[in-house]
Parts: sequence; structure tokens; C-alpha cells
Amino acid sequence: MVLVLAIGDLHIPHRAPDLPPKFKSMLVPGKIQHIICTGNLCIEEVHDYFKTLCPDLHITRGEYDEDSRYPENKTLTIGQFKLGICHGHQVIPWGDLDSLAMVQRQLDVDILVTGHTHQFKAYKHEGGVVINPGSATGAYSSFTYDVNPSFVLMDIDGLRVVVYVYELIDGEVKVDKIDFKKTATASAH
Amino acid sequence: MCRGIQHPVRGLFLRSYLAQVSRDKLPDIGSEYEGDADTVVDAVEFVLQNFTEMNKLWVRMQHQGPAREKEKREKERSELRDLVGKNLHVLSQIEGIDLDMYKETVLPRVLEQVVNCKDEIAQYYLMDCIIQVFPDEYHLQTLDVLLGAFPQLQPTVDIKTVLSRLMERLSNYAASSADVLPEFLQVEAFSKLNNAIGKVIEAQPDMPILGVITLYSSLLTFTLHVHPDRLDYADQVLGACVKKLSGKEKLEDKKATKQIVALLSAPLDKYNDIVTALKLSNYPRVMEYLDSETNKVMATVIIQSIMKNKTRISTADRVEALFELIKGLIKDLDDAFHDEVDEDDFKEEQNSVARLIQLLHSDDPEEMFKIICTVRKHILGGGPKRLPFTVPPLVFSSLKLVRQLQGQEENPFGEEESTTPKKIFQVLNQTVETLSNIPAPELALQLFLQCAEAANDCDLEPVAYEFFTQAYILYEEEISDSRAQVTAIHLIIGTLQRMHVFGVENRDTLTHKATGYSAKLLKKPDQCRAVYACSHLFWVDDQDNVKDGERVLLCLKRALRIANAAQQMSNAARGSAGSVTLFVEILNKYLYFFEKGNPQITVAAIQSLIELITTEMHSDSSTLDPAADAFFASTLRYMEFQKQKGGAIGEKYEPIKV
Repeated sequence: MVLVLAIGDLHIPHRAPDLPPKFKSMLVPGKIQHIICTGNLCIEEVHDYFKTLCPDLHITRGEYDEDSRYPENKTLTIGQFKLGICHGHQVIPWGDLDSLAMVQRQLDVDILVTGHTHQFKAYKHEGGVVINPGSATGAYSSFTYDVNPSFVLMDIDGLRVVVYVYELIDGEVKVDKIDFKKTATASAH
Repeated sequence: MCRGIQHPVRGLFLRSYLAQVSRDKLPDIGSEYEGDADTVVDAVEFVLQNFTEMNKLWVRMQHQGPAREKEKREKERSELRDLVGKNLHVLSQIEGIDLDMYKETVLPRVLEQVVNCKDEIAQYYLMDCIIQVFPDEYHLQTLDVLLGAFPQLQPTVDIKTVLSRLMERLSNYAASSADVLPEFLQVEAFSKLNNAIGKVIEAQPDMPILGVITLYSSLLTFTLHVHPDRLDYADQVLGACVKKLSGKEKLEDKKATKQIVALLSAPLDKYNDIVTALKLSNYPRVMEYLDSETNKVMATVIIQSIMKNKTRISTADRVEALFELIKGLIKDLDDAFHDEVDEDDFKEEQNSVARLIQLLHSDDPEEMFKIICTVRKHILGGGPKRLPFTVPPLVFSSLKLVRQLQGQEENPFGEEESTTPKKIFQVLNQTVETLSNIPAPELALQLFLQCAEAANDCDLEPVAYEFFTQAYILYEEEISDSRAQVTAIHLIIGTLQRMHVFGVENRDTLTHKATGYSAKLLKKPDQCRAVYACSHLFWVDDQDNVKDGERVLLCLKRALRIANAAQQMSNAARGSAGSVTLFVEILNKYLYFFEKGNPQITVAAIQSLIELITTEMHSDSSTLDPAADAFFASTLRYMEFQKQKGGAIGEKYEPIKV
């Protein structure tokens, strides 16, 4: 079992002072094998913090990120899955699942992790799965009202990925999980 | 008998031996030596005498021998001091000595010797000894007498250290249990100590500032432990400090400034709450005397305290007071011409100010608006280097407030002065403008677009249009870097696509401009992508009057032309056609609008595009691009999948040959 943290849109310090303490206490170093970050951290301190959680850190650029050297999108392979990351402000219309599906086809990945809307989503279509971990700090978004802080933990095991979403609602952490199985044919190229 | 030995060192050792040997033979209460003839009083008398004689001998050592060996003598004396101090230790062990006897006999006699010997070394050591050796309750009850001795000591004695230690002991005593606190009140410990310190400082006008602050620092700690609810006491201490500091220049002494930071941090640690510390009227006055470097250090301490304790600062007045305190971080203070601030340090400072701004909040919109205006007033004085850090958090705080007000009904009979989204947008406009002048145009553009979206949600068409205008002007005049342009275009198109507040004319103007910018991007692929993104400006799902199929097709065709041009350029420049990726992307867009029901997107058009791509891929001059191949393949798979779906979608896709 491989644990992958998908997290993003923290907007520290522009829109939020810090991660919620309940999240911080859950995210301990050594438990997670990979971190996938959709972008908009925004400052180096957050980057360093993620590095302490797990050295294998993949980030794509959000429009407010201080470090402009992050790539616009990135792909990586974990186990049997190919994952793609893209912040999402480049994909118009924002949050549109069909347009995101196009990006997924273009990057040729099974799982596309994207952000920008600050709204958690886990959506399966014929080409694969689109996951939006939301905003880990519940930062203000012009797109979504009443953002609850959230992040996603993916457990990749063989051809199966279990997506755990952690949401902070009214001060309590609520967990939900969704199962996705990859069919062998979908990976044929 | 011992008096016979007048040689100091020998006498000392002899008497020390005497003390040792007699120790357990003293007629203390409950000891076997107690009897009618010998009582505790005798024991005490014995030890006191021994002590007195030993001290005299010890002091005499100072004056024996040539002047040039003074240092050596003093060192020797220092090594022997425990011998003298032992007597006091013995006294403290005598059980028969109760508070009364201590008060009436022991302390006065000891102090008499200490004062009369007029020896600096002895006085310093012995006063400290008394404090350390006898119990704290005794000190409390004899505070007058004890403190009364200090002014009588030699002027060269380091009184402040002894006093500080006394206060430390008493602080710890107070902290040890709540039961002892009434005792402190009863003996009026605070005022006695306060007066004593005042007298000491007066008696030594040349005392270095470090000494003064150390004394007040100890007194403050004492006050916080013993009288935590008496803010006026704490304020008094700070006030006395201010008085002593006034008339002096800003402090240069590093140790002194460190002490002041300790002094000011004490209330923060105790109260865990800057709000309480702000109630101390002298607190900001003390900060006035810090040089700008130390002011920044203190300001950082304050911000960290707020963040750690999640202190809510919820009124504009408190915000004002707070920002006055931390002004070293907010702007350049007058004497800050000096050194280059380290860039990383500067960033960290400003980021902590940014985080602080997030914590300033009131649920009452009127108060919140006042807070925003107060913060704005302060940060605008910060200069071009600080604004990119401090303006964004303020902007988002303001947008949050707008959203809060959105939810509330507009009160037509509301006060003229009451806060409305419009008012906030005016403030926002002026605030974001300051960024354009720095220059920080990309950031300003992003913020203008955020404001536009918020205005859109408030149905304020002219306000939203104004924000867009500002953003466009920035794009045209200030943003020349290609990468920055691409990002800016994406944000412009993405935001505009979501606007529903614009009437036809305004929308057309803005859309026309956006497509114009898109077509003029430097790199052809960027152009192509921006132009087909613009197609979405003409077709918005949830807005029925924005479904212009023709304009969509025009955009897509234009994108195709650009893609073609890119291929030709590639042929000319590199001798081989570029990848077909752009064509596949455009094909996907065709499919998107096809599914949405755009009548202008015909099966024939899609079919010919598929053929075009297939031809390009198989042509001799094509570049090998597995990614593009895979993309095309998965697109075809998608189309097949849609066919299999059946229903309306399946019917649509049926005629297309994959």
C-alpha cells in the first residue's frame, strides 16, 4: 500500500494564516510516500513544511505561487497508476469536468489531480478519475462559497485506489472514502 | 579563646573548625544539649558571635599587605567566603529560631555586622547569602528591615543583582502555591519593593541602563506572579521604567535592549494575550525607546504570541494600538537608513505580518470595515517593498466582508454611513491600484479580477466593468513577459467566462479585447490555445443568452489556422512539421461544443478534422510524438465510448467514423 497525499490551494499567507491545527496534527512525517500538490501554496515556508512530511514532493504552479519555477503540469507513475497534476487555472472553463477530461486524455494519465476551485471533487469518467482535493486551509475562493478545509489521501494498491477525503466541517474532521478500480484495458496504449 | 588568634586566615579556619565541631552540640530545641542553663538563645548567641568575629577577620584580610597585591587578596577572600557564610547556614538550621526570634535578634544582628563592616565584597556576598539561606516567609515578614539595609550598603555593591535575586525567590515562592498570595498582600510587598528599587536607583544616578532595566524586569515578573490581576501595578512598573529611560537617546547597548525585550515579553507570556498587554498604557511607551532592529524583534515576538494563542483582535482600536506597537515591521522607522536587511529575513517578517492580518476579524460588518480601513492606513505607509506582501491579505479580508454583506438584505432605509459592498469596492480599487505603481502588475491584475468576480456576484455591473478595465490596462501597458502574459490571459478569459452581470455591449467589448490579446501572444501554440479558450466566452452553459454557436466556430477555426501556421513555421524553421497536439486539442473542443448542441459544429467538420490529423500523423515530414499519438488515440476511444452510450449522445456520435 502506497499513501499519496493530494493537497493544495492553501494560499498562505494571502488568504489563510496556517493549516488548521487538526490537520497539522494528522499530517506527520514518515507516513506518506508521495505528496502531490496542485499549487497556490504560496510561500516557500509551506514548501519546506511539505518537504518535512515527505521528501518526494510534486508541485505544479498556481497563479499566486511565489516560486515561478514550478511546472504548469506534471506526470508521474506510482505503482500501476499514472498520475497527472495541473493547478487548473489554465483549464477553461474553470472546474468544467469535460475540459478537465480533455487534459486527462492529453496527459494520458489514469488519475488527474487538479485544484483552483477549492471544491473537493472525485469524478470518474471513461478516461479515468479526476480528483480535486479542495483547499487545505478553506481559503476564500471566488468560485466556491463556504469552503471547508479539505485534503485527500490516496491509498494505491495494485489496480485499486481508495480515495480518502478529509474535510473540516464545523470544527470536526469528517472522513469519506471512494473506491476506484482500474481496468486493464484502459491502460493499453 | 579564639579571640586570641588575630591573624585573619588562621583565625577564620580556626573559627570555621569551631563552627563545625559545635554544630551538632548546640542546645537547640529538642537536642540533648538543651537544659536549664543552655537554651536556644545561647546557641544563637554563640553562632552569631562566631559569625561576627569571622566576618571581621575576613574583612581585615582586605587591608593587609601592599596595595599592589589587592587583586590577589580579593581572590583569596573570595575563596574563603563560604567559611563565613556557613554560620548563616547554621543559623538557618537551628530549629528553635522562629519568626519572632529571627525578626528580633538574628536578622538585626546579622545586618548590623554586614552594614558596619563597610566592605564591598562582604556586603554583597552576605546579603545574597541571607536571601538564599533563610526561608521566603521570613523574608516577606521582614521585608522592611531587609530592604532598609540596601541603601546603607557601600555604593559599589552590586545591589541590583541581589535585589533581583530576592525578587526572583519571592516570585517563585508566589508561584509555588496560591495560599501564600494573601501574605504578599498583607505585607504590601509590591509597594515596598517598588520603593526600595526607586531609592536604589536614585542613590546611584550613574547606574548603567542595563541595571535599571534588569531591576524593573525582575519587579515586573514578581508583579505578574503575585498580583496577576493588578494591571495597574504592572503598568506602574513600566511607567517607572519609561521615566528612567526618558531623556536618554534610543538604546544602543545590546544587553540592555535584550533585557527590554525580556521585560516586554513577560506580560505577553503571562497573559497569553496581547489584548491585555495593550491595556498597559506604558507598554507602547517603553517600545518607543527601542532602536528599529529591536523594535522588529519585539514586534515579531508579539505576532508570534498572537498566532500561538489564536488571539482574536476584534476592534479597530485594538488594531490601531497593535499596529502602533509593531510599526517597526510595517514601515521604515527614521533611523533605519543603515544596513541592508537580509532578504529572507525581510520576507519572513512581511509574511508574518500578512498572516497577522488574517487574524484581525470582527463579526460585526461595521467594525470589520473599520478594521480594514485601519490596517490599510498603516500598510500604505510601508513602501513599495512591503506592499506586495501586505496588500493581498487585506484584499481578501475585504472580499470576505463583501461576501458576508451579500448575504444580508440591502437595507433601503439604512444609514448613509453604513458599510455596503460598493463602499468596500471603492476602497479595494484604490488599494489594488497602489500595487500597479510599484510595479507589481501581475499581482495587481489578479487582484482586480478577483474583485471583478466579487462585484459580479453583487450584481454591480459598472463596478465589475471598472475592475476589468483596470486589469486590461495593466495587461496592455505593464505585462510584457510572455509567460506572465499567458497566465494573465488564462485568468482574464476564465474570469470573463463566469461573468453574468454584463450587458451585451459591455460583454462584447471585453470579449473582443480578450480574443485580440489571445491572438497576439508571442508563441503560436500559446496563441492557439488562448484563442480556442476564448470560444468558451461565447457559450456559457448556464446563461441562455450566451450561446452564440457561430462565434464559437469562428474561434475554433481561427485556432485551426494558427495551428496550421505553426506547422508551416516548424517546417520552414526545422525542416519537419511540428506535433499534431494542437490539432487534437482543437478536435476535443469541437467535440465539447458538439455535445453541448452547437448546431454550427457539424459531423462533417469533425470528420474532416479527424482526417486532417490522421494525414498529418502519417506524413513523412511529421515529428514523432508518442504523447500526441496517445492523446489522439484516447480521444478516439472517448468518441467510441460515447457512441456506445446510446441514447441522445450515442445518436449524435453515430455518424462519425472513428
